[in-house]
Amino acid sequence: MEFFNNHKKLFTAAFLLFFTLTLFVAIIPALNNEKINRSLPGAVPLSEDAVKGKAVFIANGCVACHTQQVRNVAMDKAFGSRPSIAADYAGIKRTDTWRNTATLMGTERTGPDLTNIGSRQPSVDWHLAHLYNPRIVVSASIMPAYPWLFNVIDNAPKNAVVVNIPAAFAEGTGKVVATKEAMWLVAYLQSLKQVELPDGRPMPAFLYKKEPKAAAAGRAVDEPDGAALYATNCQSCHQENGEGLKGAFPPLKGSKVVLNNDPELMVNIIMNGYTGRMQEGYGAMPPVGTNNNLDAEEIAAIMNHEKTSWGNDAKKVTPDDVKKLMALVKDQAVAKGK
Amino acid sequence: MPAAVILCESTIPIHARAAGKAFFSLTSTPGLLLILYVATGVLLGLVVYMYIKTKQVRSMQRERSSKRSSGYITEHADEYISSLDTNQIDSYLKEKETHAGNGKPVNKFSVPVIALMLLAGMCAALPALAQEAGPKKAFPFGESGIIITLILIIIPIAGGACIMIVKLLNILRKYRRQQEAEDASDFADYLSQNGAVEEALERRKTALQYKLNNSELAGQTPAEDSKGIIKNIVSHGALPVVAQKKSGLNRPSVDPALARLVLWYIGCAAFWLLFGTTVGEYVGIKFVAPDADHVSWLSFGRLRPVHTNAVFWGWASLGMLGLGHYIVPRVSNTSLASIKKGWYTLILINAAVVLGSLCLMAGINNAGGEYREYIWPVQLLFGIGLVIALTNFLQTVARRTTKEIYISNWYIIAAVIFALVISLVAYWPSWQNGLGETIIQGYYMHQGVGMWFMLFTLGIVYYFLPQQLNKPIYSYSLGILAFWAQILFYTLIGSHHFVFSSIPWWLQTTAIVGSMGMVIPVAAGTTNFIMTFKGAWHKLSSSYTLPFFVTGIIFYFTGSLQGTAEAFRSTNLMWHFTDFTVAHSHLTMYGIISFFLWAAMYAVIPRLTGKEAPQLTIGIHFWLSLLGLMFYTIPLMYGSTMKGLMWMEGKPFIDSVVFMAPYWLWRAIGGSLMWMGHLFFAYNIYKMLSVSVAKIKTSPVEQLNQSYTAAEIKL
Repeated sequence: MEFFNNHKKLFTAAFLLFFTLTLFVAIIPALNNEKINRSLPGAVPLSEDAVKGKAVFIANGCVACHTQQVRNVAMDKAFGSRPSIAADYAGIKRTDTWRNTATLMGTERTGPDLTNIGSRQPSVDWHLAHLYNPRIVVSASIMPAYPWLFNVIDNAPKNAVVVNIPAAFAEGTGKVVATKEAMWLVAYLQSLKQVELPDGRPMPAFLYKKEPKAAAAGRAVDEPDGAALYATNCQSCHQENGEGLKGAFPPLKGSKVVLNNDPELMVNIIMNGYTGRMQEGYGAMPPVGTNNNLDAEEIAAIMNHEKTSWGNDAKKVTPDDVKKLMALVKDQAVAKGK
Repeated sequence: MPAAVILCESTIPIHARAAGKAFFSLTSTPGLLLILYVATGVLLGLVVYMYIKTKQVRSMQRERSSKRSSGYITEHADEYISSLDTNQIDSYLKEKETHAGNGKPVNKFSVPVIALMLLAGMCAALPALAQEAGPKKAFPFGESGIIITLILIIIPIAGGACIMIVKLLNILRKYRRQQEAEDASDFADYLSQNGAVEEALERRKTALQYKLNNSELAGQTPAEDSKGIIKNIVSHGALPVVAQKKSGLNRPSVDPALARLVLWYIGCAAFWLLFGTTVGEYVGIKFVAPDADHVSWLSFGRLRPVHTNAVFWGWASLGMLGLGHYIVPRVSNTSLASIKKGWYTLILINAAVVLGSLCLMAGINNAGGEYREYIWPVQLLFGIGLVIALTNFLQTVARRTTKEIYISNWYIIAAVIFALVISLVAYWPSWQNGLGETIIQGYYMHQGVGMWFMLFTLGIVYYFLPQQLNKPIYSYSLGILAFWAQILFYTLIGSHHFVFSSIPWWLQTTAIVGSMGMVIPVAAGTTNFIMTFKGAWHKLSSSYTLPFFVTGIIFYFTGSLQGTAEAFRSTNLMWHFTDFTVAHSHLTMYGIISFFLWAAMYAVIPRLTGKEAPQLTIGIHFWLSLLGLMFYTIPLMYGSTMKGLMWMEGKPFIDSVVFMAPYWLWRAIGGSLMWMGHLFFAYNIYKMLSVSVAKIKTSPVEQLNQSYTAAEIKL
């Protein structure tokens, strides 16, 4: 055919076909998304430190393993209370002259999603220990260690942020002091929180919900697995053996709160957080139950796991008890807030 | 053997019941399962056929042994005599004279019988294993993606079964030969007892001894290869360790300046392959040993893009462009427009990869988009390199002496144009705010693969495959169909990397539909290559480049269709974010692109230097790379499927990390094998580049020429 024997016509045709398709599947949708989406009213811009922290996050290629997108599928519920929407990313603009926009949505989840890490794990101590060497707090972790974000100094100045490192991970005798970069990075991680949708906006649904197991499988299957929930929500601080980390996270093994037959304080701590043991050197506990949207059944399962593991032997609680207490402590929190 | 049949039959109804009602609809999961069962059924049918065949032979044997005593031989004596040759008759007659006895041959049936039993045992064990794996509820056999994967796996298994059947037929043939030997000994007995036959034998002997004098047609002139048809004679062959393959034919020499350019491209590509995969190997080890080092420049997050970018822009791109600089002028039947421009491209791209790798390790990157981690000033160098290559190629095509533009040049030049469009779209800042960045990212990362690497490499295959087979491509039209279909469908599929994310739902659906459309160009391309092989498959065993092509074609089909399987929402649920994607990208970028590039390089370098690499080390390279790829991908695919299911069940995240440890170890082992293969590849390149032998072959002629010119000057 004459057309195919003319290189100008042939390659112009191929270029036009490709470019037209490109316009319709890439450029126009991208421009359109910029046009129709705005940040949510509740969104807080990154602080100056968090912006620098994001740069550290980018420089070290954290996005290779950590996504920042909660998909609208039920399995992603562990990483956020609602699916991410376009508005969550609308405020992210070009980083600087040299670098492109960093939505950091990622394509692989070798490590957990970080969309809501600021709520899920707000503890500075935990993050610093985890960054110095992840195996300090999560023994099975394969995340790289970032010792270059820390200095090992013999005489740390007074205002320095000293990280409590267990002997097994310490190098030399000096104190491990967080650098500015480490503090920026933690500030960025703390800023990663899902913004609540404005009132009246319907929440996008999670798809592919797990069907409740058939009755034939027995009732026991319906109850949430306390050990698994503990591993997801509590273990990174209180550890698998319930012994916590000395100087950072208190043990649950033999803990007065856990062994107490009146579960009110325990529910209160889970739902509202706890700062009662700060003076002993332990970090503040975040309101894990509220942050992670746990329901009464799940909280009861976690509590019963804690009450009956590692040699603990306390009275179990029922989901109904927990439900009542949750309502009670919620009122208390509201009252305190006022 | 019957046990095997029963075992298999019993599995079928169990599955069918579990699968559901609409058994005969081909669009449904049970329909696909049906296909699987039919495939298994065909295999079983073959096994049963072999079983019957074996039985037949055995019963025949029984029949014969019962007849042996009853004068069977006597009836057929004439037939036997006419089948004897002179030597046999001679020796018989001599033996007869000396009255030597005839020893009966030893019964050797036991060997093939045992082999048969072993094979039968294996057949029985295979379905038994399948039975064991079948009812395990944890594995989602019903998912369409899984079924597609299973079908793709069944293809090589079916191939294996065919080989087994051929082997079995061979054994049967041997068995029959032994029966003939027995008949012979019976005949011998008959002869020794019957003296009257001697006369007949003598007559037969003289008849057989009649000979032509071999010059009835040729006359008395001595034989001479006056047209220079006989070439490539190896007269000093050493004892070979592996089967000797054909060596490359001597071709009309290539312009030395162009040869030098192409060789430099390939040499640089080989260096980046070694560098990139060394980094990749180390990154893979870090999954197993995360505390291997604590150096910021070598941390996982920084090295991973160094690996991907080095093998993309360093290895594959330079390799492709090098071959492109050879192919584009060759199929245009002209010389390259500008050798100088070729060097500029080479230098610019090398500079981009060097600078880019250093930047990434220093923590300077483009903020997270996969495969566009190089900051724009670095990628700009690559872009300028491509612009220069494009003008060079276009100028070459413009001055072609052929009327039509050969299909290779369609693919190659279109790939360069598209790569420029893609890079520009990916780096232009106007449409990258918010989700715009993600939409562009999905488009970019997949177009980079499909429109640059795949398209260019197909162009290379369209030139080198017919050349190596010494026959034209099967269908020019199929190639053209695949070209336009690839542009039409591939462009749409990028967003399937962000299924279930917050990008528009319609865009995700478009990507999924486009992924299904990819079946058209892939099937067209594969058919075209396979049909080109038709009638030339025998060349596969005597060539060291063709196995690379065949492997590439197989992965082109299976790897590409695996991509389609991954794009569905149901499979995305399970595989997205897991290492399945990593396995897939290695099956394709390595299985397709790298194998095709190696094939073409092993074909072209001997033409440029006149020197071939040792066939043994080429073979080692092939097998290490292929086996390594299998060890790399199969455990990773299995492990990540299970990992995805754990996530769906709501298992704690860290459990999935612990679960993956053994599969990551296998990945590191497979990666090590691949990496060792690359060492052999580098060695082969070195052997092809060292010119000593070529010099010896040409130097006497050169010397003579020099002395002639010297003589002329004196005159």
